[in-house]
Amino acid sequence: MAIIELKNLWKEYGSEVVLERLNARVEAGEFITIVGASGCGKTTFLKMLLGTENPTRGELLLDGKAIPEEPDATRGIVFQRYSVLPHLTAERNVMLAGELAANRYTGHAFGARRQELKASAQVMLEDVGLGHAINKYPHELSGGMQQRLALAQALIKKPRILLLDEPFGALDPGIRKDMHALVIKLWREQQLTVFMITHDLDEGFYLGTRLWVFDKDRLDPQAPGAYGARITYDLPVGKDDHGTLEDIATRVDSTARVLG
Amino acid sequence: MKKLINQQPGVVSRWALGLLPFVLIAVVYTLSSNARLAENPNDKLLPAPSHMLESMTRMAFEPSKRTGELLLWQDTGASLERLAIGVGLAALTGLVFGIANGAIPLLRAGFSPVVTGISLVPPMAILPILFITFGLEELAKIMLIFIGITPFLIRDLQQRTMEIPEEQIIKMQTLGANTWQIIVRLILPQIMPRLITAVRLSLGSAWLFLIAAEAIAATEGLGYRIFLVRRYLSMDVILPYVMWITLLAFLLDFCLNRYSHWRYPWFHDRSL
Repeated sequence: MAIIELKNLWKEYGSEVVLERLNARVEAGEFITIVGASGCGKTTFLKMLLGTENPTRGELLLDGKAIPEEPDATRGIVFQRYSVLPHLTAERNVMLAGELAANRYTGHAFGARRQELKASAQVMLEDVGLGHAINKYPHELSGGMQQRLALAQALIKKPRILLLDEPFGALDPGIRKDMHALVIKLWREQQLTVFMITHDLDEGFYLGTRLWVFDKDRLDPQAPGAYGARITYDLPVGKDDHGTLEDIATRVDSTARVLG
Repeated sequence: MKKLINQQPGVVSRWALGLLPFVLIAVVYTLSSNARLAENPNDKLLPAPSHMLESMTRMAFEPSKRTGELLLWQDTGASLERLAIGVGLAALTGLVFGIANGAIPLLRAGFSPVVTGISLVPPMAILPILFITFGLEELAKIMLIFIGITPFLIRDLQQRTMEIPEEQIIKMQTLGANTWQIIVRLILPQIMPRLITAVRLSLGSAWLFLIAAEAIAATEGLGYRIFLVRRYLSMDVILPYVMWITLLAFLLDFCLNRYSHWRYPWFHDRSL
């Protein structure tokens, strides 16, 4: 069964149509990159997956049921900024999900449970390459390190779906390559379903298994809001062709090794 | 020669420039005082520094003839106690209602308009009501401070709570947090340093309300003493008392600031 299904999905704000007639099925384990011009509803679509925006027409299904209308632990997210909590150290940021689960009133864990969370947070931080920055606050980390931390924080909760809203938009190109390698690695390890918005068309082709282009195929210059955006391209990127994916992965790996 | 806006003082000149106005004030005062005292040795308006020191030594270390108390410490203790209780209660109320209003739209819809309304009432105008309702004892003075600064604290903290990036609130939910956990693990810790900032800003008003209430009805306290000795034109007590109050206000502010930096480094170092 498809993990996510879009059935004639519409999103309108008043008379302005943002998205119209979206139909798609996404299987578990797919890595979908979404590209498109600004204002084409990419972020609105991600917000619908997240649950902070609701479809005006049609259905958005998670495992065949309507997707919950508020954010919850099934869908993790990394934003471009503000993803990590500034008042917690890296380790505490990663421990947070476990602490919240440990006690529903205090949101803190104690004793053996705490030690366990600490240990697994350390493993996770090592995994994303932040082993040396365990006790640092986010403001002491660079932009790329903050995004690594955000990934670690989201993934330790083991969400089934990971949403990435231009997570590397603010990073330098070199660091971006590192982050691509990291995301691919985590996606494989945790068998995630990933939706990633990007401005960078190369990134869209380069990462993932499937590329969606959001665009308005009917555009009235006098009334740009009259028609909504649709998925105009739905391309497999190396999905059917395992060699391409391997190829991409090798290239990402070797780039990562070069950049250290 | 660099343009004026690009010239930075060094460490020594920064201190020197900072101290200069204080020295000037002291010099001008001493000169004026000397001039008046030369004309009339009994002049009360600008007492000599030595005279002020003498009076303060009496206030601080000699038991009062009437009550047997050390007046300066008694006054200081009484005033600081009122200030601490009033500001403490206001901070607690501001924290609870500020976070509740800021975080929960249903509560905000109910409380925010009434808080805004109350904050527009001039607190001094309802001082008579406080005296009538709470009597002339401690409670009325504490209530004046409380009523004077609480609406500001609530509104400020509500605003600060609403400024916490939406992303972080969403993030907490994706990590499995319920509403209460979002408040205790995200909002409360992030609001605490902002509470300290808001309290520091409101301390000026708190002192104003304290001294006003003490001036009108009290039997001890810094404000009470100033207004009492005014009847005898005792500038030798009033001026040092004002300086003492200023010093206390400065120390309070300084300690709060230091505490905040020590306890919440992530808040203060962020912009670096």
